[in-house]
Amino acid sequence: MTSAVSFQKVSRHFGSVRAVDAVDLDIAPGEFFAMLGPSGSGKTTCLRLIAGFEQPTSGSISIFGERAEGVPPYRRNVNTVFQDYALFPHLNVLDNVAYGLMVKRVGKAERHKAAEEALSLVRLPGYGARRPGQLSGGQRQRVALARALVNQPKVLLLDEPLGALDLKLRENMQEELKSLQKALGITFVFVTHDQGEALSMADRVAVFNDGRIMQIGTPEDIYQRPSTRFVADFVGSSNVLPPDFVQRYSGQRRWGSLRPESIRVGRAASGEGVAARLVGTNYLGATTRLALDADGLRLHAIVPAGTKLPAEGEAVVLTFNRESLHLMDEAV
Amino acid sequence: MTSAALNSTPAILPGSGGMRGALSDLFWRRPQLLLLLMLLPPVLWLGIVYIGSLFALLAQSFFSIDEFSGLINRQFTLKTYGDLLQAANLDIILRTVTMAALVTLASAVVAFPIAYYAARYARGRWKALFYLGVMLPLWSSYLVKIYAWKLILAKEGILTWLLAKLHLLWLLDAWLSLPVVGGNSLSVSFTGTFIVFVYVWLPFMILPVQAALERVPGNLVEASSDLGASPGQTFRNVLFPLALPGIVAGSIFTFSLTLGDYIIPQIIGTSRLFIGQAVYSQQGTAGNIPLAAAFTVVPIVIMSFYLWGAKRMGAFDAL
Repeated sequence: MTSAVSFQKVSRHFGSVRAVDAVDLDIAPGEFFAMLGPSGSGKTTCLRLIAGFEQPTSGSISIFGERAEGVPPYRRNVNTVFQDYALFPHLNVLDNVAYGLMVKRVGKAERHKAAEEALSLVRLPGYGARRPGQLSGGQRQRVALARALVNQPKVLLLDEPLGALDLKLRENMQEELKSLQKALGITFVFVTHDQGEALSMADRVAVFNDGRIMQIGTPEDIYQRPSTRFVADFVGSSNVLPPDFVQRYSGQRRWGSLRPESIRVGRAASGEGVAARLVGTNYLGATTRLALDADGLRLHAIVPAGTKLPAEGEAVVLTFNRESLHLMDEAV
Repeated sequence: MTSAALNSTPAILPGSGGMRGALSDLFWRRPQLLLLLMLLPPVLWLGIVYIGSLFALLAQSFFSIDEFSGLINRQFTLKTYGDLLQAANLDIILRTVTMAALVTLASAVVAFPIAYYAARYARGRWKALFYLGVMLPLWSSYLVKIYAWKLILAKEGILTWLLAKLHLLWLLDAWLSLPVVGGNSLSVSFTGTFIVFVYVWLPFMILPVQAALERVPGNLVEASSDLGASPGQTFRNVLFPLALPGIVAGSIFTFSLTLGDYIIPQIIGTSRLFIGQAVYSQQGTAGNIPLAAAFTVVPIVIMSFYLWGAKRMGAFDAL
């Protein structure tokens, strides 16, 4: 089967900066694909390469089997939801949504009908006459989505689509995007720096760092079995354990990772385990995050709310199951 | 800060004392007072010296001149405005308005790419160079520039020489042999007047257009392209509508400055008059102050309509 988007050794350099460096990538049709990474990691440049706003310095990009280098954005059946929505301020909502059809010379009645439908799809029916300036952030986001979807793109690109929304709205939109993608069957590629968002929405995640892909896999793969220290640390702030420490518990001299929720915190007197000292607590609502100092090694543990906590500065003993200690591929 | 220092610092500092301290406190408590003091001199200047003389001028236009004695008859009459409708005078008005409209149009066409480059691409040093390039001509005397143009456009000037070298002299001759726009040489034709007007007022068009384009987020152009619009469609549907307030703002300058100018058409152009020249000659040699005043009212009326239209297009948001 042809990939929806395929990168072969794609690089994009800006002068001496390697924004994207020899990236190989295959996105399956109908997939919800996330590009996750810190800012400056090259994920947005990858998105812009697919959209056609950037051209690769080397390597080849194909979209549904067709070579895309040198093809301008307006000839790609790919649409983008921009980070700050990029709605046209001089057009009302309906004309914004109908814009793509207007430039393709679809008749006025027909394109307005399609735009109305797209607006109901994003649950904004009847908002057509308003100006973008009169909408809230969440509504603008939906208009931007409708404006892209009305063109029935082969691939929909979303650049930090939920970044500017508040928490509650963001959670709603996550669910909505996910169900919309399922219903439409369009390939979604979305860029985010929020690991929670990537894990909860995507079928597969690519973790970016320094213009390279560190790991591609399902959310569970990425979360449970990070292949490098970077992935372990960036995705869900795992405890990264140095080889010496790992050797004591697994016998192998490798870097390891340990999820904060798999650490149990016990009283100092309660026998074997890692001796540590509690140095701080963060109350997070459903859970509490504990900062621990194990002989100079800073560890974090997450315990359910309501657990009886030792006092700050008190000595504790940490225990965990051997199988939850994950050994990483990265060489020592 | 130590806790001892924290305790010894008072929560409210004493006044700085003296006249200045008291005055500062007074202005802080009554900001309207400061505003009044700041606005009074300019309002007096504008209100009395500027608006006042404008009304004096308007009043003059309702007087008439005694054709035998040449004395001004200070009685209310619309006769002077009637004179304005004489074929010769109407001709002057029409000529000036046509010239102003053409100059405005040409300025917009020439200014747009320059402004677009400056707003979109020029950064750092190039941006500074752009501002310098646009503003520099404004630093030198207007008269010097016009006389320089007279030499450039003259029959013995560099333009004729250049066209001769390019074997394009026939083109110039063909143009000059046309009625209305032609003449003996560019420096004594309306074409020459037009070229110099466009040159002199161009900065006043470039700057507001640039300001308008500067405020168009770059991703709107990308969004348009992403949605399938070719560069031409993006220009028509996104860039131009968003730059329009800037173009209208610029056109206010180019249009009104052309309407009122009397030096350029006098030095470069034909012997046929523009409004500014008519005003100049009526109040000077002819001594017909009422007619000169009535002529002055024409650009004011035209500009009032123009500004009213421009306001409706949102031009003043771009200033």
